[in-house]
Amino acid sequence: MKLQLIALGLAGALLAVPAGAAEPVKIGMITTLSGGGSALGIDIRDGFALAIGQEGGSLGGVPVELMAEDDGRKPEKATEIANRMVERDKIGIMTGIVWSNLAIAVVPKVTGKGVFYVSPNAGPSKLAGAGCGPNYFNVAWQNDNLHEAMGQYVTEKGYKNVYIMAPNYPAGKDALKGFKRFFKGDLAGEVYTKLGQTDYAAEIAALRSAKPDAVFFFLPGGMGISFLKQYAQAGLTDKVPVFGPAFSFDQTILGAVGDAALGVINSSQWNKDIDNPANAAFVADFQKAYGRLPSLYASQGYDAARLIGSALMAVGGDVSNADGFRTALKKADFASVRGKFRFGPNNHPVQDIYVRQVVKEGDVLTNKIIATAFTDHADAYAAECKM
Amino acid sequence: MSPLLILEQVLNGLQLGVMLFLMAAGLTLVLGIMNLVNLAHGSLYMVGAFVAAMVARWSGSFVVGLLVALPVTALVGVVVERVALRRLYERDHLDQVLATFGLILFFNEAATMIWGPRAVYLDGPSWLSGAVEIIPGAPYPAYRLAIIAVGLAVAVLLYLLVTRTRLGMLIRAGASNREMVSALGVDIKRLYTLVFGLGAMLAALGGVMAGPIYAVEVGMGEHILIQTFVVVVIGGIGSVRGALVGAVLVGLVDTLGRAFLPGMLTLFLGPATAASLSASLASMAIYILMAAVLVWRPSGLFPAHG
Repeated sequence: MKLQLIALGLAGALLAVPAGAAEPVKIGMITTLSGGGSALGIDIRDGFALAIGQEGGSLGGVPVELMAEDDGRKPEKATEIANRMVERDKIGIMTGIVWSNLAIAVVPKVTGKGVFYVSPNAGPSKLAGAGCGPNYFNVAWQNDNLHEAMGQYVTEKGYKNVYIMAPNYPAGKDALKGFKRFFKGDLAGEVYTKLGQTDYAAEIAALRSAKPDAVFFFLPGGMGISFLKQYAQAGLTDKVPVFGPAFSFDQTILGAVGDAALGVINSSQWNKDIDNPANAAFVADFQKAYGRLPSLYASQGYDAARLIGSALMAVGGDVSNADGFRTALKKADFASVRGKFRFGPNNHPVQDIYVRQVVKEGDVLTNKIIATAFTDHADAYAAECKM
Repeated sequence: MSPLLILEQVLNGLQLGVMLFLMAAGLTLVLGIMNLVNLAHGSLYMVGAFVAAMVARWSGSFVVGLLVALPVTALVGVVVERVALRRLYERDHLDQVLATFGLILFFNEAATMIWGPRAVYLDGPSWLSGAVEIIPGAPYPAYRLAIIAVGLAVAVLLYLLVTRTRLGMLIRAGASNREMVSALGVDIKRLYTLVFGLGAMLAALGGVMAGPIYAVEVGMGEHILIQTFVVVVIGGIGSVRGALVGAVLVGLVDTLGRAFLPGMLTLFLGPATAASLSASLASMAIYILMAAVLVWRPSGLFPAHG
């Protein structure tokens, strides 16, 4: 009798551990929620929060608490938040950073302290190659990937003389390097513009006089909006086709570009018309929750949450079981909204990359998939990663 | 490098200069007359663009959007001046920088709440959507020509206002010696409110004119603000004429630098090095210009203070 009671008590105590995990697992999110570029961070956060909401406050059956903070797109602010989350809040899982320069500042620092970082966006080459690490996972792409897909597609379509353009910063250089890795023709020009530049009249005039047969550009956010509007006004849209990665033709900015973007071809690892149950549920629930179409960034935030959920489930919410958590993350045992998904040796995605075209659905500009550029595409830096 | 391309790039530089002038004119008046460092000038530019975009969407007309945005932004400027900035005139410049930086954050958050974090759509009037072939082989967007026309018209109007009207006389007097002006019985508070409202309206005009060619988004004012300060410093603080000359200089140097540095450097270096080096040099060009002007004329080209 007494023994039974003790056994019951023990069982109760054991059960109380997961129940004591009513203390939810904290997930730290550092992302851009104010100022220029906040549309991206807000979509990542909303996508992530949607996954938690769908499970009624849990991920993988483990109650979680999302602590989202605004980095204002500043590396020093992101670093400060990261320090606080690691030192004071003892957070074991982090995510959220949009920009490569912020990721380079924060990721090595936090993973060095044993924190797991799951990137929902930035994938600088530095962190994919020699700077890779066992606690760093990128669920979106390596920076070069979408540009590589466009290089491949433009080559396949027979363009011989292409003018390429990107801002003068690490992700811009990664972009043109990625494009050139798969583009086999000649370059009519290779131009680096100022980061945050708004006026492209000089570049457009130089471009016109170089007489290219196509233009490839990577100008994320407002830069791309400005460029596309000015390109259309210069009367070039019908004469010299433009190509780019999804970032300048994404749901967050198409509305602002307007018809100047119609028909443009771009590359992406995700689109809302990818046919699988996970994506259908994501697109429908996102629209219901937020009243707008999800963007690429929202899909990446959502996948980050689902990936973390799959690993939390594997370790029963015990993140201190680092080896178990790491192994589970690496397995990527979750239903990605983009369909099949796995990690390469450097914890970066091996995935299909699609070619999309901007179309109008009713009054709304959006994208539809027209081709597949790559199947099971990995990044070029995996070989340099030693872990 | 054909002469026609050079001509086209000069035109581009002129147009960028005129765009900068619309911003700089308001900023230089506020800085010169009220001795107020107003970092939030770019926020008024943003407010103008957003209001115009909203009204243009409702009414379907860019011109209606423009006509509504100007008085609305002027009103916003007047309210900001009365509520916040009035307390700062006696403080030193560091306090003003801090407070107006706070205003930038306030306006960015307010704009996010009202209009959302995503960029919004604003297109010019359809009768300006075409291109004019003023340079053979290089159709020039009609809308950009309209910007040049509006900018030059504003320059003329401001010139007349400053040199031919009583208000202009007070503005000039205030820029030279404000204590004397108030000692002579001029209601300097009202003058300040008026000048600030005028500056806000000019910023809004810049924002609305920029809307159809640039992205209308939260934070749009910060990009142009830095260039605007460069213009004001080059032109001489408080001088509208200086703002015009400085703006055109900055526009030309920036555009021609971006247009021709890559080609010139490629003659000496490999194309890859030249591309990245010329991008860095071109983005420094206007600051080098500013430094050179300041060495030659420490208070700018046309200093207003005697």
